[in-house]
Amino acid sequence: MALLEINHLEVRFASKTGDVRVLQDLCFQLEKGERVAIVGESGAGKSIAAFAILKLISRPGFIHRGEIVFEGQDIVPLSGRAMRHLRGNRISMIFQDPMTTLNPVLTIGTQMVESLHAHRSLSKKQARDIAIDKLQQVQIASPEKRFDQYPHEISGGMRQRIVIAIALLLNPSLIIADEPTTALDVTIQAQIMELLMTLCESQQCSLILISHDLGVVANTTHKTMVMYAGRIIEMGPTSAIIHDAQHPYTQGLIRALPASSQPGQRLNQIPGSMPSPQHLPSGCAFHPRCGEVLQACSHALPSCTYRLNGKHRVACHLFTPPLISSGNN
Amino acid sequence: MFDFKHDKVAILSLIVLLLIGGASLMAPWIAPYDPYDLSAIDIMDSEIPPVWDQAGDPRFLLGTDDQGRDLLSTMLYGTRISLMIGLGAVLLQALLGIAMGLLAGYFGGRLDTLLMRLADVQLSFSTLMLAIIVLALFQVAFGAALYGELALFMLILVIGIAEWPQYARTLRASVLAEKNLEYVDAARVMGYPAWRIMLRHILPNVASPLLVISTVQVANAIVSEAALSFLGLGMPAATPSLGSLMSSGFEYIFSGVWWITLIPSVLLIALILSINLLGDWLRDRLNPKRYQGT
Repeated sequence: MALLEINHLEVRFASKTGDVRVLQDLCFQLEKGERVAIVGESGAGKSIAAFAILKLISRPGFIHRGEIVFEGQDIVPLSGRAMRHLRGNRISMIFQDPMTTLNPVLTIGTQMVESLHAHRSLSKKQARDIAIDKLQQVQIASPEKRFDQYPHEISGGMRQRIVIAIALLLNPSLIIADEPTTALDVTIQAQIMELLMTLCESQQCSLILISHDLGVVANTTHKTMVMYAGRIIEMGPTSAIIHDAQHPYTQGLIRALPASSQPGQRLNQIPGSMPSPQHLPSGCAFHPRCGEVLQACSHALPSCTYRLNGKHRVACHLFTPPLISSGNN
Repeated sequence: MFDFKHDKVAILSLIVLLLIGGASLMAPWIAPYDPYDLSAIDIMDSEIPPVWDQAGDPRFLLGTDDQGRDLLSTMLYGTRISLMIGLGAVLLQALLGIAMGLLAGYFGGRLDTLLMRLADVQLSFSTLMLAIIVLALFQVAFGAALYGELALFMLILVIGIAEWPQYARTLRASVLAEKNLEYVDAARVMGYPAWRIMLRHILPNVASPLLVISTVQVANAIVSEAALSFLGLGMPAATPSLGSLMSSGFEYIFSGVWWITLIPSVLLIALILSINLLGDWLRDRLNPKRYQGT
């Protein structure tokens, strides 16, 4: 049984001119211990997907339909109380900016002990021991000293380690990391990702890594999903996505990496920008920016079920089996 | 606290406030007479001017009031009552306002609209007008005797309830800004219940504007109480506050008995001024944009 199975999840934002769909037909599975990446431009719906899994979409957003089956249980109909039991305990989350994720007025120790007490009945001493042990696991020197310090006394990289320690505190089975290294400088990024990966592996914890950095994704995850305008447009093993991207959008993303340009040459970019979810183009949302646009693209939505080989899927009319397309026309 | 030592106004205000507060707190021990002990009051001693006046009496340093009570003692006891009402009313305002402001800011939506419209309605009645209506009705309905006993609580209650929107509005604005920060999201992700996120995570982060309003509101509450007492709707003459003392002296002011009104007024002004100046200092100190650092 998969740890997490998401079926046809749709998230909408209520507005005066009618509901806006920001996440559509999201389907994927995550096995225990597996690491998947969600990549895409800003506004593709990556963070919304993450918050949807925790059912923390704030108004006016809401889950319109779909299933989120976590550890065999559909959590969409769960009550607030039952969800609070899952959050932090079974599923935890790491945010982008460690400068603002920690509460500035509470010490590191207070914040760690508080999250332990929220889900387990432990004595103060026990909670302190667990917290210091976790700080050690994220390779923080002199954890007893850090335990009593405030966030502003600690450097950015170390703060992100502490955030990871807090996320791992209750041994969750799933961690959602929303661009965990974006706010850190490049030398520390690799260390933090390495640490996160090792810890996830040793604790048999699954990871959903949200990123716009394909370089980070390539070395850390098993599977990658590419999102565009609230939909998954290509998914498959990470190596297949990086080396054998099929969707024109994914190909564009990979071409846009500085490594794939010649020195002195202008960097590649995808023309145009992400459409607003209020004014999605008809058919495939990417067709106005796509270089290989077909007739069908502007009026028919490609489904995400076109299998290439094995687990690699792409939602693009270029890959529609000829028989079906001629049958429809 | 470093730049406190360099701010002479703040130091002076604090000294004045501590002197007045300390003296009034210790009134039962340091006051030369007990103004509440009717047997010790002699009507023959009434309206004696302060000692530096030719007609002064060395027994009464600041003279006596119209009933023959030592003015200094009565003022010490009166300041105690004024401060009690000021602090009590602000405590009540803060409790109500913080609860409403947190709820409105954190949950938003309809609850926010409801609470803030309620605040607008409350603010459209001036504190004094509301207090006059409520206190006057109470006196008519339950009689002056019962009112005399409950005056202190009634004043705290009325001033406390009338001014809660000040806290609620300020807090709501701060909470709106604060709740979008990632540490609040992180707390929600940890599965904490809403009350805990509000009280333990957001409230301490928005404490500085609350501290600043509190100083202003204490001063306001004391002034409101003085105004009500001056109008005869505050503390009764038997247990006077500074305001009722000023009021009782005002009837004789045109016959040259100036001290019963003037001396408590000076004390009240000193008290309010020192609280407000300290509040100003606190506001500058807690505002990172204005605090230059030295």
